[in-house]
Amino acid sequence: MKLIVEDVSVQIGDRYLVSDVSLEVADGEVLGVAGPNGAGKSTLLRTLYRVRRPTSGRVLLDGEDIWKMPAGWLARRLAAVLQESSGDFELTVYDVVAMGRTPHKRAFDGDNAGDKAIIADALDRLDVAGLAYAPFDRLSGGEKQRVLIARALAQQPATMVLDEPTNHLDLRHQLDALNLVSALGVTAVVALHDLNMAAAFCDRICVMDGGRVVALGTPAEVLTPALLSDVYRVEADVAMHPKTGVPHVTLHTGGSRVTN
Amino acid sequence: MSDLTAGAVLPARRPGLPYAVVIVLLLALLGAAGTAAIAAGSVALPAEQVWSILLHRIHPALADQTWTAVRETIVMDVRLPRVLLAAVIGAGLSVCGMALQALVRNPLADPMLLGVSSGASVGAVTVVVFSLTVFGAFSLPIAAFLGALAALVAVYFLARSGGRMTTVRLVLAGVAMAEVLSAVASFLVVTSNDPHKTQSAVRWMLGGLAGTTWTTVWIPAAAVLAGTVVLLAVSRPLNLLLAGEEAASSLGLDVHRFRAALFVLVAMMIGTIVAVSGAIGFVGLIMPHVVRLLIGADHRRALPATALLGAAFLVMADLVARTLITPEEIPVGIITALVGGPFFLWLMRRRSK
Repeated sequence: MKLIVEDVSVQIGDRYLVSDVSLEVADGEVLGVAGPNGAGKSTLLRTLYRVRRPTSGRVLLDGEDIWKMPAGWLARRLAAVLQESSGDFELTVYDVVAMGRTPHKRAFDGDNAGDKAIIADALDRLDVAGLAYAPFDRLSGGEKQRVLIARALAQQPATMVLDEPTNHLDLRHQLDALNLVSALGVTAVVALHDLNMAAAFCDRICVMDGGRVVALGTPAEVLTPALLSDVYRVEADVAMHPKTGVPHVTLHTGGSRVTN
Repeated sequence: MSDLTAGAVLPARRPGLPYAVVIVLLLALLGAAGTAAIAAGSVALPAEQVWSILLHRIHPALADQTWTAVRETIVMDVRLPRVLLAAVIGAGLSVCGMALQALVRNPLADPMLLGVSSGASVGAVTVVVFSLTVFGAFSLPIAAFLGALAALVAVYFLARSGGRMTTVRLVLAGVAMAEVLSAVASFLVVTSNDPHKTQSAVRWMLGGLAGTTWTTVWIPAAAVLAGTVVLLAVSRPLNLLLAGEEAASSLGLDVHRFRAALFVLVAMMIGTIVAVSGAIGFVGLIMPHVVRLLIGADHRRALPATALLGAAFLVMADLVARTLITPEEIPVGIITALVGGPFFLWLMRRRSK
């Protein structure tokens, strides 16, 4: 599904968290969103999954303004993987993943065999089937993150928005999770801190700073020493990885500049 | 989305008793509690006679009449309505407690902790003390209902800041509101010159089911039944609320509108309940917790179970309340608080670990 962000700004008081962002994500494309802390990545993503209404501009999914459609309409087409949440309730992992079926259900509808198969499949793909009846609250951060990705899968969306989906995951599960998202063939917008992961898994990368898009293009176009120096204020080398052919960022760990 | 991987199977069954077994056990508990409550009293009746009388009423062919008319009156007009009302109120408070806990995403929310019952008290006491009859015979329940709604709305808006409702603010606002409204109710009672009115107002505030007749059963029964059906219809959205506000939104729930609508629904149910029973504390807090420990937090399964457990619990509590020191009757709110207070503390300590 094609996702278009059209001149989106988010303003709180007189401060712009996101300012005049325009993006087009093609059907099946994986777009990475990178940028330093406070760049507006999460706020931009919130306008996509209908939590933060843009102060101006529109978000179009499949040609429809998502802020003019019912919430359920969007949830059947777009799933969000948010930073982990928890509560004081005895929800099991199964219960949390089963929530993903909600947008497809009416009042009093039970979970039919199809739903159960979808839930079991999602649990299995994220390697959390063995935890199905464990209390969600007692899982580790990485396990919770995988469960939340499984919930998004159970939603069976054509579009996914993922906010730092791998920050708690070990290396194996980072690769698995990102491989899974790209193998699904869905349109995806993924906020990532790890630029090498972004370079390996994203078709294009959008770099934000101060609420604006400062670079947008393929990993090779975007990830340059000049950009890393401007945006992140770090010195780094970028080389093409000999085996994978994607750009690889190496930080000069001794040479980071402290400007304030 | 690609095809399902073949043979993805869940490894283990959900631990604990199967859901159907839990429901059957709870129904049996409710049946036993109801039978005991109808049988016990100043005139003790054997359990089988209780059932014979009930079956005979349903259809005369089901049981031969071997009892006196007085006993039938005791069962049908004195004890049965009271037991039914206790069951309805217990079920209603429990489902309201469970819904409120999801709504504010705080397991310590309780209808009585959020100032709702104090609001109802102010409404009801106002009617009693000033002998208001604006709405005829329904003045008291309507006033209690309006008081409950006003208190809940006030707490809701006090707890919000910048469009978000934090649980800490909610509990603080609820406690403060409850204190202020209790003080208002007490003030009205104390400054009333009519001792008869004072006594009936105090009785009402302590919570009790004495003097229940069939006319007081119908309205709360209808309200609780209708409200519970609505809550069952929104049990999936209630589950989403447990996941947090942003997650619930991203899963297709209009969180603010849903919360507002549910607050109104729960206030209506609690207002109707409190109007006939007074403030009966802790039922709405404890029952949801016991049920979640038994079968988990999924509202599709937990709401029916909590209704049954709450009904059985209050029927038993009311039985104790009226038989413990016969012929005196203890307000049932005292019994539920005696059981509920220690449970609350246990829960608090368990959570802090």
